[in-house]
Amino acid sequence: MSVAEVAIPAATTAGGFLLVLALVLPVLGVLAALALGGRHARTVAMLVLPSGLVLALMLGSELVHSGQALVYVLGGWAPPLGIALRADGLSAAMLLTTVVILLAVAVYGDGDFPMPAGGREARAPFMFWILLLAVWGALNAVFLAGDLFTLYVALELLTFAGVPLVCLDGRPETLRAALRYLLFALFGSVLYMLGAVLLYGTYGTLDIALLAGLVRPVPAVVAAAALMTVGLLAKTALFPLHLWLPPAHAGAPAAASAVLSALVVKGSFFLVIRLWLDVMPGIVTPLAGQLLAGLGAAAIIVGNVVALRQTRLKLLIAYSTVAQIGYLFLMFPLAAGLAAMNLPADPAVTGGLLQAISHATAKAAMFMGAGLIYATLGHDRIADLQGVGRQLPMTLLAFALGGISLVGLPPSGGFFAKWLLLTAALLTGQWWWVAVMVVGGLLTSGYVFVVVMRALVAVDGEKRPKMEIPRYREAVVLGLASVSFLLGLAALLPTDVVLIGRPALGVAGLP
Amino acid sequence: MNALTLFGLCGSALVGIGLYGLIVNPQPLRKILAFNMIGSGVFLLFGFVARRGAALGMGGDPVPQALVITGIVVAFSATALAVALLLRLHEATGSATLGAADGDGAPGA
Repeated sequence: MSVAEVAIPAATTAGGFLLVLALVLPVLGVLAALALGGRHARTVAMLVLPSGLVLALMLGSELVHSGQALVYVLGGWAPPLGIALRADGLSAAMLLTTVVILLAVAVYGDGDFPMPAGGREARAPFMFWILLLAVWGALNAVFLAGDLFTLYVALELLTFAGVPLVCLDGRPETLRAALRYLLFALFGSVLYMLGAVLLYGTYGTLDIALLAGLVRPVPAVVAAAALMTVGLLAKTALFPLHLWLPPAHAGAPAAASAVLSALVVKGSFFLVIRLWLDVMPGIVTPLAGQLLAGLGAAAIIVGNVVALRQTRLKLLIAYSTVAQIGYLFLMFPLAAGLAAMNLPADPAVTGGLLQAISHATAKAAMFMGAGLIYATLGHDRIADLQGVGRQLPMTLLAFALGGISLVGLPPSGGFFAKWLLLTAALLTGQWWWVAVMVVGGLLTSGYVFVVVMRALVAVDGEKRPKMEIPRYREAVVLGLASVSFLLGLAALLPTDVVLIGRPALGVAGLP
Repeated sequence: MNALTLFGLCGSALVGIGLYGLIVNPQPLRKILAFNMIGSGVFLLFGFVARRGAALGMGGDPVPQALVITGIVVAFSATALAVALLLRLHEATGSATLGAADGDGAPGA
């Protein structure tokens, strides 16, 4: 019937069981950690996360090997009656990114949330390890779900795992930040569900591949698309719905901030991609795409300018997240523009996803680095960062490498992502996004430069650190930043992994 | 106007009232209640869709009913989490507002 339906078979493919394993493994981890109690939660996480890495690699290689999307039809019931799990190139790339970042956070968090040697088990470490696995499970569900309602449930699980991470230490201001985050998220989820009702009422299915062939620009569907998009923007914290993000991400413990900023906001962004590029590419009007990217552009400018004015390091990084989220939304008018010109939308899609991945790795490293700086100095005032370069050289290098990726200098992942987006913008004649990206890059380099320069100032005499930082914690931060820095080398890969198993957008987008 | 349309209109009205409350009301507890009101409206709309999709001699399309049950569980857990956070906040600070910028300044509201 439609191109998308032909491209995605509605039967379990080879390697489909890997999708089930990717969902079951984190949930098993959560259950085991709950059952075994606080003393063993860390051990469970450390066992389950590496096996998850192996699983993500197997899934990726299966995808590259078969060259098409992996599908698992639950219980043998094909959609629209049953539910299908699907993994295309986007899913596989995000699955791998997620598990790599969570592994790094786990190794790092080992220092902040150690298991008490004797005596009673502590609440914060127990919750940290369980929530880490819960975030992982929810994200895997977001990446693999094949229908809009499963995506809704997965997104809610992600919120329920993310909100308690904000207030792990139980201080009143973090409780307040968590509550505000939750209220924004609930607003978003209820709008999303309302949109899902409208879609189901119109077409009688919520399966992404089936809907892609059915949607027409009738009022109910346009209303559903608008409701779902606004709901997801509230969860992704796109300007002007970003107000909850800075206090929540800056107030959380560093390891939790890294997870929240790098991964949790990407979950709802991934759903926007699914919605705009997979479900309704045919009905997205050019104006809607421009509007979405316009909000993104406003986020880039406002987020970066406010970040420049911050006096605390963690708040600066949080506002930089607000700005970087803006870049993600530039891909939508570019993809639509390329499709309208009958060109493949690949540069826009790959660029957008690469931006998500390189921001995730860079931002996780920067938040964890800020955590180490806080632990060493006992504060994170940017004005008093002198001597950090001497005390934590690897951390500062990691911060700089992450910053380079955010600015978009070669060979970082941020450079390659922005280069692809710039190419798409010039190709489709949308020069105004080029201007936004250039100005955004300049502003970003401003605050990265300020922090690094301040930290490189030498101080007289030896400063006593508040807390000795083990070398491995610095190394893991540097490792993650290097991943982001070297991600641009993905340009050398023979095939564009991200696009495997995706319908050709330039063709499918036209009725 | 038949009964089915009335149900649909009731659901839409609940969603509208709830959205108004969620956006306008500064107190977290009222926001949580407003969220539940929107939820009820959406569930009613699911019922409306299920009834309209009746076919093959069944009283209603079973899929939306399954979705509603899942949705209720999710909304219940969300409410529980929000109320628990609110209680902790009240325990820690003695007030249940989101701060001076959002509230009307009345402590303990």
